[in-house]
Amino acid sequence: MDPLFEFLLRQGDNTLVLGHRISEWCGKAPVLEEDIALANTALDLIGQTQMWLGYAAEVEGAGRTADDLAFLRDAWDFRNLLLLERPNGDFGHTMMRQFLFDAYQIQNLKALEASSDPRIAEIAVKSGKEATYHLDRSRDTVIALGDGTSESNARMQSALDALWPYAGEMFLADEIDQAMAADHIAPLPLEYRAPWEAAVLPALAAAALKVPQDDFAHQGGKTGRRHSEHLGHMLATMQVLQRSYPGATW
Amino acid sequence: MTATAEEWPLWEVFIRGQHGMSHRHVGSLHAADEDAAMNNARDVYTRRGEGVSIWVVESRHITASSPDAKGPMYEPADSKVYRHPTFFDIPDDVGAM
Repeated sequence: MDPLFEFLLRQGDNTLVLGHRISEWCGKAPVLEEDIALANTALDLIGQTQMWLGYAAEVEGAGRTADDLAFLRDAWDFRNLLLLERPNGDFGHTMMRQFLFDAYQIQNLKALEASSDPRIAEIAVKSGKEATYHLDRSRDTVIALGDGTSESNARMQSALDALWPYAGEMFLADEIDQAMAADHIAPLPLEYRAPWEAAVLPALAAAALKVPQDDFAHQGGKTGRRHSEHLGHMLATMQVLQRSYPGATW
Repeated sequence: MTATAEEWPLWEVFIRGQHGMSHRHVGSLHAADEDAAMNNARDVYTRRGEGVSIWVVESRHITASSPDAKGPMYEPADSKVYRHPTFFDIPDDVGAM
């Protein structure tokens, strides 16, 4: 397995899976303005996916395209973080997941802008502007809902409690990450932890939320070893058209 | 934490399309505060690259003329054609006025 291919799948699957999850809100978000904003975010993430998986397909050199990678792989071939395949839950839950990831992704993209691989640096620069806005928006929403009514505060606290055990996987490293660091393609994810906490903890405090003290972290998403049952259901919906009508275009 | 109104306040959105042009009213939206109104304006009204600058103002801060006062407000101007600068020739190279 080419570590660069694997690394690119991780990047692309993160944006693909979160992008699809967010798109599930289209047409049924709590208010029209949030509905459009979530659809915009989903489209940003799917656009980033095309760049990541497009490059992954080139690196693989097996004649596959970004579409093939998105629509014709099974759950065990996906390399996204477990956090991102979690079901949406309520709107607050969705925005908490978004915030925890956005605060990580901004560090990730910032670091990749200095990648020794020019294609990766290029994609990171292009994605970075979108990610900056995503983070602004998700942070504002988390603070507004956390520091809102007693009901919105309780919902945000339960979202944080439920999602916190999925945050730790973002900072775990394996042999793929070691290989990327050795080639100066990407730093070890652990380097993102301190700046991530510096962004996340004050926002959670401003949102009047209590940070869980347990550091247990679910893992197995980015390595593909153990996805949750939710990913298979999501892919069934996402991939049904290409699976039923192979090669269909419009 | 305080109790909040059921409906978010209404905001009017103004967008400047390109440098040198003025802001134009493009529509309205609901938002809890000015930061959220700005974000919502960006997401609702600039999706297709419509603007380089956004103004939002809460609708209640706009004082509007009354439709009933149409006669006294506007009709007196109708009979005063000499106020239009149409009696001057404008050189072509002046461009848009």
